[in-house]
Amino acid sequence: MKLLQTIGSILVILSILIFIGMLGLGTKSINLDALPGNNTHQTAAISQAINELDAKGKEVNHIGFVSLASEVIDKANEIQEAKFQQSGAPDGVGEWDFRFGGNVGGFKQKLSSTAKATGPVQSNPWLFFFLTFGLAIIGGLLFIIPKFAKSPGIKHDGIYHSSLTSGLKLTPRTIVLAAGIIGTLIYGFVKLNNFFWPLVTTVIGVLFIYFVFIKEKSKGKDPQRSASPVNTAWLGMLAGALLVGFYILLYWKPEYIQNWVSMVDPISEMLNGGKASRWFLYGLLYTIIMAVMGIRMLAKYQHNKYQRVRTYSVMFFQTAFAFLIPQMISKLNATNAYDNPIPAPDLKNMWPLDYSFFFNYRLDEMVANGSIGIFMLVWGIVLFVIGVPVFVYFYGKRWYCSWVCGCGGLAETMGDPWRQLSDKSLRAWQFERYIIHGVMVAAVLMTIGVLYTYFTGSYSILGINTDSLKSWYGFFIGAGFAGIVGTGFYPLMGNRTWCRFGCPLAGYLGLIQKFKSKFRITTNGGQCISCGNCSTYCEMGIDVRSYAQKGQDIVRSSCVGCGVCSAVCPRGVLRLENGSGDVATRTIEERTIHITEDMIYVKQDFS
Amino acid sequence: MHVAIIGNGISGVTAARWVRKLSDHKVTIISSETDHFFSRTALMYVYMGHMRFEDIKPYEDWFWEKNRIDLVTDRVESIEYTDKSLKMKSGNDISYDKLILAVGSTPNKFGWPGQDLKGVGGLYHVQDLERMEEYSPNLKKAVVVGGGLIGIEMAEMFVSRGISVTMLVREPSYWSGVLPPEESKMISEHILHHDIDLRLGVNLGEIHDDGSGKACAVTVKETGERIECGFVGLTAGVSPNIGFLRDTGLDIGRGIKVNDHLETNQPDVYAIGDCAELTNPKPGRRGVEAIWYTGRMMGETCAYNICGKQVAYDPGLWFNSAKFVDIEYQVYGSAPAQMPDDMASLYWQHEDGEKSVRINYDKNSKEILGFNLFGVRYRHKVCEKWILEKTHVEDVLKNLGMANFDPEFYKEYEPDIIALYNKQEGTNITLKTRRGLDKVLAFLNR
Repeated sequence: MKLLQTIGSILVILSILIFIGMLGLGTKSINLDALPGNNTHQTAAISQAINELDAKGKEVNHIGFVSLASEVIDKANEIQEAKFQQSGAPDGVGEWDFRFGGNVGGFKQKLSSTAKATGPVQSNPWLFFFLTFGLAIIGGLLFIIPKFAKSPGIKHDGIYHSSLTSGLKLTPRTIVLAAGIIGTLIYGFVKLNNFFWPLVTTVIGVLFIYFVFIKEKSKGKDPQRSASPVNTAWLGMLAGALLVGFYILLYWKPEYIQNWVSMVDPISEMLNGGKASRWFLYGLLYTIIMAVMGIRMLAKYQHNKYQRVRTYSVMFFQTAFAFLIPQMISKLNATNAYDNPIPAPDLKNMWPLDYSFFFNYRLDEMVANGSIGIFMLVWGIVLFVIGVPVFVYFYGKRWYCSWVCGCGGLAETMGDPWRQLSDKSLRAWQFERYIIHGVMVAAVLMTIGVLYTYFTGSYSILGINTDSLKSWYGFFIGAGFAGIVGTGFYPLMGNRTWCRFGCPLAGYLGLIQKFKSKFRITTNGGQCISCGNCSTYCEMGIDVRSYAQKGQDIVRSSCVGCGVCSAVCPRGVLRLENGSGDVATRTIEERTIHITEDMIYVKQDFS
Repeated sequence: MHVAIIGNGISGVTAARWVRKLSDHKVTIISSETDHFFSRTALMYVYMGHMRFEDIKPYEDWFWEKNRIDLVTDRVESIEYTDKSLKMKSGNDISYDKLILAVGSTPNKFGWPGQDLKGVGGLYHVQDLERMEEYSPNLKKAVVVGGGLIGIEMAEMFVSRGISVTMLVREPSYWSGVLPPEESKMISEHILHHDIDLRLGVNLGEIHDDGSGKACAVTVKETGERIECGFVGLTAGVSPNIGFLRDTGLDIGRGIKVNDHLETNQPDVYAIGDCAELTNPKPGRRGVEAIWYTGRMMGETCAYNICGKQVAYDPGLWFNSAKFVDIEYQVYGSAPAQMPDDMASLYWQHEDGEKSVRINYDKNSKEILGFNLFGVRYRHKVCEKWILEKTHVEDVLKNLGMANFDPEFYKEYEPDIIALYNKQEGTNITLKTRRGLDKVLAFLNR
C-alpha cells in the first residue's frame, strides 16, 4: 500500500516535470495562413514586415519566437504608420482598423500563438498526452485507490504536520498576498496601458483596509488564529507557485504554451472537430483533475453519503455541463472560433460569475446561432433570475456552490487538502464582506456599461469608457482574482479564497441565503465541546464553533453547505437542514445552552 | 466587586463570561497552565495534526480584553479566606471579593511502582500533551493503562502516528462500568479492529526503569508478562485537583464540598466543575461529575449566584457524548450498564458493528427513560422533551424520525428499530414521522 502510494507520487512528480519541460521542445515558424491582422491592410503590412525581415520559414525555438514575433509586428507597425502619415487610411477603412495603434502587444501575442509549431510534441501528441495527463492520472489513482482500503472515518491525521498542507505564518502570508495583488496591479497597468483602473482599484483597496482597521476597530485585534504558527509549508508553497505559474501562462502569456495546446489537438478534433485552443486545454485539464481528486474525496468520505453524493454531483456537472455538452454543441454548430477568450459556453455557469455573458460578441454569437443560441441566452438569464432565488430559498446556496459550480467543484476536489487554511479571524470576515460585495457591485456596473454600449453603440457612459472598464474587470477580477489568487493561493489561504472573497455570484446567492432561505445549520442542544474541528475545516472561514457552543443555528451568507463541519464534528452537533417553520427567527441566539424549564423560570424572574 | 476565578477551563471561563454578561464586576481568571482558555477535550486533535493549538482556543486572544476579563498567568500558592486574598507564586498577591475555584482534575495514580518515571503520564493538561510530543519521535510502542474515555483517546493519538499501542483494561470489557454489555462488546471489537492491542481484565503490575529514570517496560499484574515500551499512559480516570487546598479550612470530601448554590463552607468562595463535589446531588446523579457539560452549567449557575440572582444548580436531564476512534457516542437520560428490574430495553445494532441504538423504557408504565446511541446521531432536545414529558415508548417510536440528526442521505434506521420492537413486544406499530426539521420545530415549539 505504501509502495503503491510512493510509486504514485513519483509518477505525478514526473508528469509535472515533463509537463513543464515539454514547453521548450521543437521550433515555431510564422504561419502565413493565419496572420493576425484585422483586415487585408494590416495583414499585408505584416506580410511585408515578414519579407523585409526575412522571417519567412524561419524556425526558431519557442522562447526565441516571441522576440521574432515582436520584431515583425514592430516592423509592420512602422510600415503602417509610415503609410498612414503619408496618405491616411484608405476610403471606407477606419483609422484604427488601419493603424495597429495601442494594441501592438495583442498582435504580437497573436502572431506568436498562431505560429506553426513543429517538433516531437506535434508529431507525437498522444505520447506526450500519455506522459503528462496519463502518468498524472495513473500516479494519482495509485496514490488514491489504496485509501479505499482504510476503515471509514475522518481522515485528518497529520494534516498540520505536513509541509504540503500546514500553511504559512501570518506575516509571510500577508507579504506573499500583498506581492500578488501589487504585482497584478502593476502588470495590469503595463499590459492594458491604462493607469486609471489600477489606480481606482488601489484606492478602493486602501478604503477597504481603512474600513476594516479603523471603522470596524480591527486594529490591535491580532488574528493569532488565522495562520500557521510556524513556517513549514514549503511543499505547499511550491504547489502554489506551480499553480500561479500555470495561470499566468494560461491567461497572460499563451504564446509560451503552444506545445500544451498542440498536445490536446487530437482530443479536440475528436470532440468538436476543430483544433484545440488554450481554453480547451484548460477545460480538459480541469475536468480530469476534478475527476481524479473527486475519487480522492470518495475514498476520504466512504462513511459520509452526503459528501459522496455531492462529489458525484460536482464531477458530473463539470464533465457533462461544463465540458462535454458544450463541445458537442460546438461541434453541431461548427463555430469553434480560434482562441475565443472564453471556453465553449459552460451550461452551468451563470452571470455574474460568468461575467462575459452579456459581452457584445457573446450576445451576437447567441443571437446569430438560431434556436440553440436563443436557448442559451434564455437559459443563462433564467438561471440567475429565477433559478437562484427559488433554489436558494429551498436548499440554500449550496445547491450551486458545492453541488454544481465548477470553481466550487475544483475547490472541493483538488482544493480539499487545503481547506483548513481559510482564515477564521473576525478580521478576515470583515475583509470578506467588503471585498465580495465590492466585486459584486463592480460586476453589475461593468455589465450595465457593456449592455449600454451594446444597445446604444456608445462607448462612454458618464465619462467612463465601458470598454476599458470591461477589460479591467476581465483582467483583474476574471483572471487575476478568480484564477491566480483564487486557485493559485489554495495552499496559502485555503481552497475557497475566490468563492469567499471574490465571487459576485456567491455574493448574490449569499444575500438570498441570509435573508430568505429555509437553509441553516442546526446545533444539537448542548452537545458542543468547543473543540474547533468545525471551524478549522470550514473552507469559508466561518467560525462555526462560535455558534455551536452557544447553541445557535448558523445562518451565514457565505456558507456553501459543503457539510464538512457536520462530518468532522466528533459529537454529532451539526446538521444541514431546510425548514420553513421559522425562517424569520432561525438566527435568534439562544441565551442559555442547556437549562431545565424550572431554571429558565427562575432566570426570567430575575432578568 | 472583584470576582477572582482560579482555573481557565470551561467552568471558570463560562463563569467569567456570565459574570460579565450579568454585571460590571471586575473579573480575573488565574491559570498556571496556559495564557488562554482552550478546549481540553480537543487536545488529542493537536497531537494528531488535525488542528493547531491556536485552533482549539474557542475565542480569539483579543476577546478577553474586549470583554474586560483580566487574565493572569501565575500559580496560586495558598488562599487566605479571612482577608480574602490569594498568595501567588510570583509574589503579586491578589485580593478578591468573590472567589471561584475551578481548578479541575488530575489524572489518577494508584501507587504503581514506577508511576513517576520519565515517559509516564496522563492526558489532561497541556503539559501532558507536551510530554507525549517529547517522547513520540522514534517511539515504537506505548502502553495505555485504563479503559475509559481518555484511554481510548490516547490510544487513538498514538495510532495516528503509527505507534503501536497496548491497552491494559481492568474491566472484562471496554468501559463496562458505564456501557451496557452489548455496546461495550461492540466498542471493544472496534478498538481491536483499529490494531490496538486491547487487553481486558488485566491490571498494571509495575513500570520498569531503564536505568536512567525513564520507563522502558511494564509488567502485567495478572500474567507477569513484560511489555517493552517507550511511553506509559496513565488514564485510569481523574480526581478533583484539591491537593493544595487540603487542610486549609475548606470543606473537602472527594472534591470541594458545595451546596446547591455552589457555595463552599468558606464565605464568598464557590467551587465549580471537575473539582466540586455536590453535597446534595440530584437523584441518580453523582456528587462529582467531571464532564465538560456540567462544568459549563455550573459556571453559568455560579455566575448568577454571584451576581445576586439566587438559583440552584440543576444539571437537568443527564446527557453526554464521546467518540471511540470512529464511532460517535451520545447518551440522553438513563442508560445504565446494569439494567434495573423495572427497566426494559430495546437494543438495535447494525450488522456493520459500528452503529447501535438503545431505547430504555419503564417495563410497567412504558414511559421512555433513555437513549444510548453509537454511530447514529439523535437530537438532544427532542429526546430530552420526550423523557421529561414521560412519553409512552410507542409514541416515541412512531415519531422516532424526529430524533434522527444524521446528515442528509444517510440511511434512516427507524423502521428497523420499530420492527425490532414489534417483534419484541408483539405489537404492530409503524413509523409516522420521518427525519426532517419542520416536524421537529412544530414539536419543540408546541
